[in-house]
Amino acid sequence: MSVDKDTVKKIARLARLDVPEDRQEQIAGELNAILSWIEELGEVDTSAVEPLASVTGHSLPLRADKVTDGNKVDDILANAPEQASGFFVVPKVVE
Amino acid sequence: MENYLNLTATQARTALQKKEISATELTQAYIAAAEATKSLNNYVCMTADKALEMAANSDKRIADGSAGSLEGLPIGVKDLFCTAGVETTACSAILKGFVPAYESTVTSQLWRDGAVMLGKLNCDEFAMGSANETSVFGPAVNPWSANGEVDLAAGGSSGGSASSVAAGSALMATGTDTGGSIRQPAAFCGVVGMKPTYGRCSRWGIVAFASSLDQAGPFTRDVADSALMFASMAGHDAKDSTSADAVLPDLQTALQASVKGMKIGIPKEYVMDGMDEAITALWQQGQEWLVEAGAELVPISLPHTRYALPTYYIIAPAEASSNLARYDGVRYGARVEAGQSLDDMYEATRAAGFGDEVQRRIMIGTYALSAGYYDAYYLKAQQVRRLIKNDFDEAFDKVDAILTPATPSAAFPLGVKQDDPITMYLNDVFTVPANLAGIPGISVPAGFSQTGLPLGLQVLSGAFREDTLYKVAACLEKQAGFTGQPPRHALAAG
Repeated sequence: MSVDKDTVKKIARLARLDVPEDRQEQIAGELNAILSWIEELGEVDTSAVEPLASVTGHSLPLRADKVTDGNKVDDILANAPEQASGFFVVPKVVE
Repeated sequence: MENYLNLTATQARTALQKKEISATELTQAYIAAAEATKSLNNYVCMTADKALEMAANSDKRIADGSAGSLEGLPIGVKDLFCTAGVETTACSAILKGFVPAYESTVTSQLWRDGAVMLGKLNCDEFAMGSANETSVFGPAVNPWSANGEVDLAAGGSSGGSASSVAAGSALMATGTDTGGSIRQPAAFCGVVGMKPTYGRCSRWGIVAFASSLDQAGPFTRDVADSALMFASMAGHDAKDSTSADAVLPDLQTALQASVKGMKIGIPKEYVMDGMDEAITALWQQGQEWLVEAGAELVPISLPHTRYALPTYYIIAPAEASSNLARYDGVRYGARVEAGQSLDDMYEATRAAGFGDEVQRRIMIGTYALSAGYYDAYYLKAQQVRRLIKNDFDEAFDKVDAILTPATPSAAFPLGVKQDDPITMYLNDVFTVPANLAGIPGISVPAGFSQTGLPLGLQVLSGAFREDTLYKVAACLEKQAGFTGQPPRHALAAG
């Protein structure tokens, strides 16, 4: 499973990172070095092993379906790069 | 004023209670110390006015008899903890200027107990690194040096925390540990660093790196201070769904208890090729100290140890790629306008805001989670993670605690060009397994390298048995009798 320039382009797109054309080759090399090191895991027989997603051992707690917070529009917008009339402003997404 | 900086937190607390010093005087001494050691770059933001205001309130509470467990003790905060009204950047360009409206649960508990906030401490960008070199503010510097000329790494990611506690510019400091980010810098700087059991300290309000591994913990000058600060940081929090509702064991009794009759596991897989001779010798010495104190050594095997790092470098980047999706230039942080579309803005913002190492890990994580590769990488890593945890579960059926070196080397020089990111990743070889298994670990300064740099021993215990951890750590501390002031301590800078 080797990463080439096209794969770098595809991953960068999925990750919403602008990776310039002239850096893609180098990044492919770096990712391949890390991935080939990780290939070591292939030696381990995990055919009967349940994946471990959390070490807590407890199931996620549920709480009452009640509003416990809110009315903080100013706090929420305080760090926005651009805002107007109580909303975040983003570049146009619909024509 | 100067000798205030040499007091441990426990000693300072006694001096405050006896009114031999005031919280204001103690805080002033630390603010001056931070100024005097600015070249160590361990603070990214000082909050002197806030500190003095908090200290004045502490003095009032001491006077009226309502002092908390950390009343008047000046503390530095890793810049990964959200602090209300104080810029919190995770040492990343993408969060420059971010001022949270809320306080992390852990820091709010420290202030509840009377601690005084000195400022925010340097760390690797989003806690991704082992030398504090990925910080947008540049690296924190280790106050220790081998020859007094070359700046050494304070370690990472909590480099500013370790450096400030060692240099006398913070009495204690908070850190976070995802793969060794408390224990490795603590070992490099000759201070005590503890990573609690996963779930002990709430993650709410801490900038997330890898949510199933991240855990906050204390940096202190000695083991008793560590237990004191940890007790304040720990506790169940409904705002973190992985927070454990578990009673804290009696740590004060544990600190006084003997290790007589305890079984200490020595894992054969932690003998590494090319490990610093002084570290091998110190590990051996640590085993002898415990035997002298009445403990019994038990050879154990943790057979999947060698797979811990590759497992970590799938799981941590995968979780990071998901956590860091929130930095989109819309809700907070920096925005770079580019192109015509929303996606163009996202891509330009994130490329400009994240440093190389963070981008590398986002790319690895995105790849490992992408269609067609999920089973081969992410699922596989989660399966190996279970085997690593099983190794520890089986070991703790036989032993009470495990003794290992904290790091494979002493602190290394800053600025050495790393062509291969994997070389840097190997720093965490002894610390990563505890994060994968969710168990607590502590790094205790216990000796010196041939060139006079501090070295640490690591103790691991079963989940939620921090009492066992502190019992063994207190014994090692007593036997090692580690002392010494780093050459770039605030008192030397005086």
